[in-house]
Amino acid sequence: MRDIIRMFVVLAVMGAFSGGALALVKSGTAEKIEFQQLKFVKGPAIQEIMEGSSNDPLVDRFKIKDGEVERSFFVGVFDGKANVAFEAEGKGFGGAIGLMVGVNLETDELLGMGVTTHSETPGLGARAKDDPSFRAQFKGMSLNQPFKVMTDGGKVDAVSGATITSKGVCGGMNQGAEFYKKLKPQIIEKAAAFAN
Amino acid sequence: MSEVSLAQEFTKGLWKEIPPFRLVLGLCPTLAVTKAFETGFGMGLALTFVLVCSNVLVSAGRKMIPAKVRVPCFIIIIATFVVIVELMMQAYTYPLFLKLGIFIPLIVVNCIVLGRAEAFAYKNGIGASIADGLGMGIGFTIALSVLGSIREIFGAGTFLGKAIFGASFQPFTFMVEAPGAFVCLGLMLGIMNLVGSE
Repeated sequence: MRDIIRMFVVLAVMGAFSGGALALVKSGTAEKIEFQQLKFVKGPAIQEIMEGSSNDPLVDRFKIKDGEVERSFFVGVFDGKANVAFEAEGKGFGGAIGLMVGVNLETDELLGMGVTTHSETPGLGARAKDDPSFRAQFKGMSLNQPFKVMTDGGKVDAVSGATITSKGVCGGMNQGAEFYKKLKPQIIEKAAAFAN
Repeated sequence: MSEVSLAQEFTKGLWKEIPPFRLVLGLCPTLAVTKAFETGFGMGLALTFVLVCSNVLVSAGRKMIPAKVRVPCFIIIIATFVVIVELMMQAYTYPLFLKLGIFIPLIVVNCIVLGRAEAFAYKNGIGASIADGLGMGIGFTIALSVLGSIREIFGAGTFLGKAIFGASFQPFTFMVEAPGAFVCLGLMLGIMNLVGSE
């Protein structure tokens, strides 16, 4: 009996210490990691969407509170007018798909989209990120219409062999469109500060 | 614990019991992340850190850890350090973290780390355990760096990302693919045996 209690206590104490230590390290590195991801994961997608902007979209960014979550918006200025890119998330075949969505604030049309993170099958679902023609078709589509793949009666041409991934991307775009519309007055107000 | 034996504990990991070549342990990262010098070296450093830290804690707590639950205790300790390494790499060496990917969290189940905790640190003092961990870790780092260099030089014609041969060099792409890892490791094991046996 004493043995069992001892095992229990040792394991519990070690678990507690390990949890505490990890919480400390996690909170200590959170800011640095966010910056690194911005530079290496989201950066390329943002730069592709905002190519040719007269400012640096990675520097000109702001955050808006949407209920519990804080959402980041990246501003790209074209001809003195501000456009924004923001993140959305869809559910793919292998887990969450991170999306970067660029929107023209005046027309609600897509400037472009990019896939930042995913765990889809290499060669199939992963082509949503690797194949430029898949993401190119989103350019110019309006956020006011729901995104659907062609088999569901929509306009998006799915990656062949990766219907679930393509549907997941559409789902993520719709989720992004939803909070974009909800937050639009605030987005316009904050983005205007960067345009000149 | 005399000076001589500490030095011995340290140096045995460098040659006599160098992990991937002599003990033939930890082969999963050895085969998977040695496509280039950079990834092999980074993996080796990450493993060295985890190995030394876990050896110290296991050795320090060996009187308190009941024998029946020692393996779960080792795993808690090791997993904690692995997550610390993972977070640190994300914060400071993000491109390397992207290249190593899943193999960093997989250090938790690395035979070398668990093996040294069980076979050495649980039975020896802190000083000897640090020496053992450092030796084994550095040995592993050297082994992975050598394998990575060979595969990078012949497979891609580069070292540290820079081309070292002229434009006419035709790389053996076979070397950087998965089968090349086995062939390369096999050749290294053969050479080690040849040199080791007089």
